[in-house]
Amino acid sequence: MSSSENPQNQVISFTIDGQPVQARPGWTILETARHYRIHIPTLCFHPALKPWGSCRLCVVEARYGKRGKVMPSCLNPPIEELEVFTDSERVLNVRRWVLEMLLAGCPASREIKKLAAAYGVTSTRFAVTDPEEECLRCGRCVAVCNEVVGVQALTFGSRGVKKVLETPYRVPNNACIGCGCCVSVCPTGALQKRLDTVRGDLSRRTGHGYAH
Amino acid sequence: MKPARQDIEIILEQYPRHPQHLINLLQDVQAEYSYISAEHLTLICDHVGVPVTQAWSVATFYKSFSLEPRGEHEIKVCLGTTCHLKGGQRLVEACERNLGVARGQTTDDLKFTLDTVKCVGACALAPVVMVDEDYLGEANMVILKKRLEQV
Amino acid sequence: MQRLTNTAELKVLRDNLLQAQDPHRPIVRVCRGPGCLAVGADKVSQAFQSAIQSQNLEVKVQPLVKDTGCHGFCSQGPLVNLAPANLCYVRVKPEDVEEIVQTTLVKGAVVERLLYSDNGTRYKSAADIPFYRMQQKIILQNIGVIDPLDIHDAIMAGAYHSLAKALIEMSPDDVIRTVEISGLRGRGGGGFPTGYKWKRTVENARENPGPVYIIANGEEGDPGAFMDRAIMEGDPHAVIEGMAIGAYAMGVNQGFLYVRHEYPIAIRHLAAAIAQARALGLLGKNILGAGFDFDLQINRGAGAYVCGEETAIIASLEGRVGEPVTRPPYPSQQGLWGRPTVINNVETWANVPHIIDHGAQWYADLGAPRSTGTKIFSLVGKVKNTGLVEVPMGISLGALVEEIGGGVPGQGRFKAVQTGGPSGGIIPYELKEEFTDYHFHPPDVKPADKMELSVDFDSMAQTGSIMGGGGMIVMDDHDCVVDLARYFLRFLEEESCGKCLPCRLGLKGMLEFLNNFSQGKGAPADIDALESLGKALVDGSLCGLGRTAPNPVLTSIRYFRDEYLAHIVDHHCPAGVCRDLITYRIDPEICNGCTLCAQTCPQVCITGANQQLHTIDQDACIRCGACMDVCPVDAVVVD
Repeated sequence: MSSSENPQNQVISFTIDGQPVQARPGWTILETARHYRIHIPTLCFHPALKPWGSCRLCVVEARYGKRGKVMPSCLNPPIEELEVFTDSERVLNVRRWVLEMLLAGCPASREIKKLAAAYGVTSTRFAVTDPEEECLRCGRCVAVCNEVVGVQALTFGSRGVKKVLETPYRVPNNACIGCGCCVSVCPTGALQKRLDTVRGDLSRRTGHGYAH
Repeated sequence: MKPARQDIEIILEQYPRHPQHLINLLQDVQAEYSYISAEHLTLICDHVGVPVTQAWSVATFYKSFSLEPRGEHEIKVCLGTTCHLKGGQRLVEACERNLGVARGQTTDDLKFTLDTVKCVGACALAPVVMVDEDYLGEANMVILKKRLEQV
Repeated sequence: MQRLTNTAELKVLRDNLLQAQDPHRPIVRVCRGPGCLAVGADKVSQAFQSAIQSQNLEVKVQPLVKDTGCHGFCSQGPLVNLAPANLCYVRVKPEDVEEIVQTTLVKGAVVERLLYSDNGTRYKSAADIPFYRMQQKIILQNIGVIDPLDIHDAIMAGAYHSLAKALIEMSPDDVIRTVEISGLRGRGGGGFPTGYKWKRTVENARENPGPVYIIANGEEGDPGAFMDRAIMEGDPHAVIEGMAIGAYAMGVNQGFLYVRHEYPIAIRHLAAAIAQARALGLLGKNILGAGFDFDLQINRGAGAYVCGEETAIIASLEGRVGEPVTRPPYPSQQGLWGRPTVINNVETWANVPHIIDHGAQWYADLGAPRSTGTKIFSLVGKVKNTGLVEVPMGISLGALVEEIGGGVPGQGRFKAVQTGGPSGGIIPYELKEEFTDYHFHPPDVKPADKMELSVDFDSMAQTGSIMGGGGMIVMDDHDCVVDLARYFLRFLEEESCGKCLPCRLGLKGMLEFLNNFSQGKGAPADIDALESLGKALVDGSLCGLGRTAPNPVLTSIRYFRDEYLAHIVDHHCPAGVCRDLITYRIDPEICNGCTLCAQTCPQVCITGANQQLHTIDQDACIRCGACMDVCPVDAVVVD
């Protein structure tokens, strides 16, 4: 969210889990919580990237008057007098189900097992399709390559359950400059194993987007 | 077969060089050539000025694009709600058995591509099958076979 | 075509066209809606053309054959209406055309056998048929009457008259206020107040000057719904005029029509209508000399249901994958290319000219208090009269299905109605319980009466369903709710964009539960788990697709838990649909030994000699139903 949302450059006072907090102009609920060291779990959020909102682990319940709404804290700025709850029943319901599904979706990831265990989720009722899978399609690697590195060497192909991280025609992409940013932002380390499917022939590097 | 194919350059020149025309161009190329080849994908990207990764994600995201050649005739079995209730699912399976291909695939002789479609808006005559641009209402395998013999 | 330079010229053109018309000239209107086309309406139309052009036609005035949009009564197609005799012929075949020409057009008599008849009564004109009698046609009034490819025909019927009125009599703010007072709500399903959306957009544009865009959402993806298709094909000028009025109100110079690629006829008709409107100066620079510029462009959808979501349409128009982004910012703040943008459904735009023509109060008096106006529904499924109907909002569900729809055909019992497509719910005909407060609804709206469920935005939301685009699919007792819920999940799983985890993995997970149920596996506790997972998707998903995706499952559990339990506990599908829980059997009383089933069976597991009783080997049977489909005497039964 841009700072134009809080035009008067005023801090916004609201509460998180009953604790009064103040958000500086432009802060999201998540940024405010982090400032006050209130823990909200995240997977797709990265401070260097635009919030994307794909993992939905950072959801919180925001109540204003009688109305309550579950929303991702990484994308939403607070408003005055908002009451935010980081572990209400509705929030935990979303979080536990997402984690249980991730245990089946990324069964090889130690990070996800650890996170799930913290919420009491240790087994999954869902079918495991690939026991080696670690990628949760959070989009951090795609975003860092687009927004920060600026070479757009990798992308998502297909959609829905078939969505997969890949390069065009699934051949190594010579646009890749081998900077390794995608590997460093990956929350589960999934990209480390598949870097060679993205990175093209180093000897064929041209000036396009590469170390000007 | 279709008449001589329009030159790719003629298709490209119909649109200004702007990323907003990526999808329009992919559609025109798909319609003209029945699929989008790697060579055409690159030409389109150069024309509208987007990286190949973006065009790849678009071409694989939307269902109307195919990256492999499709059959001369398209059989689309409707799987809208009404067609589902009236046996559309059984009809697709019968087509799969009869043509020897799964949905989304093309027969080896490149004659037919079998696909499903999410409602063509002819629900009153469910189940419906489209053969190219023609609708077949209250369809079953007997009617469909007869129709396929005609093409 | 001569370009019109002011509004007076439009009126002169219309008057001249009307005067030039011979009121006695016979007009044959052949329905070319999708339903009629599927049963050969194009051949009927060609037969009329060639019969009338043939040399030996003894009439004083050459009749006019018009290919029109959908007449609505799809189950009786192909439909032919004749004016001025005002006759409605149903199920017309090309072979019948010669008789119609000789009997009706030449002699002026009626071909009795082609009239619609029900319960022994024959109906001459469409207006008398019960299916049509209870309707109130406002948006549909020109559809099926005018030739959609001829702008003169549309102008004679009043097209662009409201645009002229807005341009000379009303300020842009007047137009917005009129739409706001009319109470018009978005017809795409959400029911957001249209006038308010327009007002907010104009305010946002004032704060942040620059271009504003409008988009018509014609990505009608809900299966079982074809209202927008009928409008775009049958009266494309209504959409163009509505958009031009909206553009004038909001200071817009460029609009977009985003049309589903499965609707090639709609795209053709809209393109022709835009070209003709441009030639007449009703689109383009300085429209009707009022100093207002507006033009339209058609963008074809590319096969993605999620592109009915407004932020996904914007992504698609910008040439990207149709992944929704979080709101706020709303499109009215930052839409297409970051500029304020209004996206309205095709039917919503088509309402606008009528509101401007007849006034806000006239419209507000139609329908129900908080759901004003009329709504078009596609009434399909296990109902006798299927087709497109336009009724005032607030009509009772019973009247819609029983009286207009004519009830369930055959021996079936009316079980439930599915509304709102994959985002909607499965509502039992007799609601079994009081409404719960699971869905938020305003305190001043009382839950609807149990038996007289009213069809309007708020009452439908209270049932846990939504009104949605207008698909209304009737189910009888041979339809299984577990199977239907599973059908929608499979649909959505294929259509989910895959961006957010609850939707991408959750739909797959919910489907795993339902696949188990349909095979008789699982425990009653799994039903509660499925409900809880559904609520996680409602709360956790990013866009409307994921947030509403569990609705068919949640409503079917809420109203038909017994049917779920029958699958899980008794391993029995009461409707006889779920393949793993049924067997096919040949009734020895009925089988005439024709051998068709044995020839068709892909497993070759049906045995029996010619003229002898046939039997199915249950161990080898894959329950594909092929035998049931071919049996000429309906001897194959499901247990």
